[in-house]
Amino acid sequence: MKKIIKYVIIDILRNKIILAYTAFLLVLSFSIFSLEDNAAKGLLGLLNIILIIVPLVSIVFSTIYVYNSAEFIELLVSQPLKRRTIWMSLFSGLSSSMVLAFLVGAGIPVFIYQPDITGVMMLLIGVLLSVIFVAIAMLAAVKTRDKAKGIGIAVLLWLYFSLLFDGFVLFLVFQFSDYPVEKMMVVVSMFNPLDLARIMILLKMDVSALMGYTGAVFKDFFGTGIGMLLSFSVLLLWSILPVWFSIRKFNTKDL
Amino acid sequence: MIIANNVSKQFGSLKALNNFSVTCNKGECIALIGPNGSGKTTFIKTILGMVVCDSGFVTVNGFNIKNDWQYRSNIGYMPQTGRYPENMTIGQVLEMMQDIRGQKNNLELDEDLIERFEIKSLLNKRMRTLSGGTRQKISAALAFLFNPELLILDEPTAGLDPLSSEILKEKIIEEKKKGKLILITSHILSELDDLVTQVIYMQDGCLCFHKTIEQLKEDTGQTKLAKAIAQVMLNN
Repeated sequence: MKKIIKYVIIDILRNKIILAYTAFLLVLSFSIFSLEDNAAKGLLGLLNIILIIVPLVSIVFSTIYVYNSAEFIELLVSQPLKRRTIWMSLFSGLSSSMVLAFLVGAGIPVFIYQPDITGVMMLLIGVLLSVIFVAIAMLAAVKTRDKAKGIGIAVLLWLYFSLLFDGFVLFLVFQFSDYPVEKMMVVVSMFNPLDLARIMILLKMDVSALMGYTGAVFKDFFGTGIGMLLSFSVLLLWSILPVWFSIRKFNTKDL
Repeated sequence: MIIANNVSKQFGSLKALNNFSVTCNKGECIALIGPNGSGKTTFIKTILGMVVCDSGFVTVNGFNIKNDWQYRSNIGYMPQTGRYPENMTIGQVLEMMQDIRGQKNNLELDEDLIERFEIKSLLNKRMRTLSGGTRQKISAALAFLFNPELLILDEPTAGLDPLSSEILKEKIIEEKKKGKLILITSHILSELDDLVTQVIYMQDGCLCFHKTIEQLKEDTGQTKLAKAIAQVMLNN
């Protein structure tokens, strides 16, 4: 498995996109931190960027990469290797390069300007989001044979998680505003890793007052140790489940 | 060595393999013949585990290929159209395959074809710049590289120049003498004449017959494989 991961990472580094992504994150983070006089405000600005850019780059790059590796996968499948090994190596190679790019691009500025628990937590969440969206990309890529369709689905999924889901939630809240839906919101937020990530960071920053009564309910839940643990487990689940489903699909796929 | 039992595979509404059963033993050199779309490549890909059959089972060396993956270290496969990572060089591909397969079994490498095809002088070329024929040479070299007991060659000489095809045929004969099982599909029947010992004829995913070449010639009253097969196709 290590050998294949090595070849995947070498291949990813050879195409310069991942380096450009790192440089882009680096420039962006430094400029955000130097624009704001208060580092905590800078972190908030960075959070919004991370919630948009990291998932987008992870999902689109990974989907295209998996499709472009079709020949590589085909070559390996006829060799004495388990299919699970091939797929997991691809996943590990992709996610480790995305994580590394994120840690270099956003990690260095955060450690310079805001080296406290909130900063560390934000990096942790960024890492988790990178892995989650690589996992979702692998599932999208294994389900569809057609490249254009697969990339389209990946982009739509990103759009769903970052925009449509929130719209849907707002609609629900508006419709049921006569009922106490705040507790329900905690459950609903579990269905979108981006929402979950956003709430976790915002609570850590003590700006939950901005969210009104819902914020107070969130604070009651996510503020506790168990709530934190639960939300991290849900995020982990979001990265494991898509990979697990994609392996099951890949194991019976005809090449 | 290979036992396929009632293997069926369906692609959409097309039955690529329909209750296909066949047994191949060591030391045989078998030609897999049939019209286009008769399921030859599907059968080969099933043996390699690249296509997962809907029903039935295949065993290679006594291992059910569904649960085993190590059996593939005994197989050398030359695909119909070799597809390789486009931005790797020939040298890197060869190195990677040796990295993945070679060291584990500590087998002696058979670099005979690499030398005879003069691949060493092309090592720095990227896969995407290669012509179809050169790709075929790489595929052939890779198939023979690890001294496998079972060689599966899907249209091996398609796209090769006459000189290279002769080299490849010589190599196949040499390996046959070592007692390996060799499966070849080809539409150029005249060149199979001096290679194969048995013929499997497929049509619409079914096995029509599996005979030794002498038997086939006797049954059809022809002395050449090409004529014999033509006779069979006419009778069908």
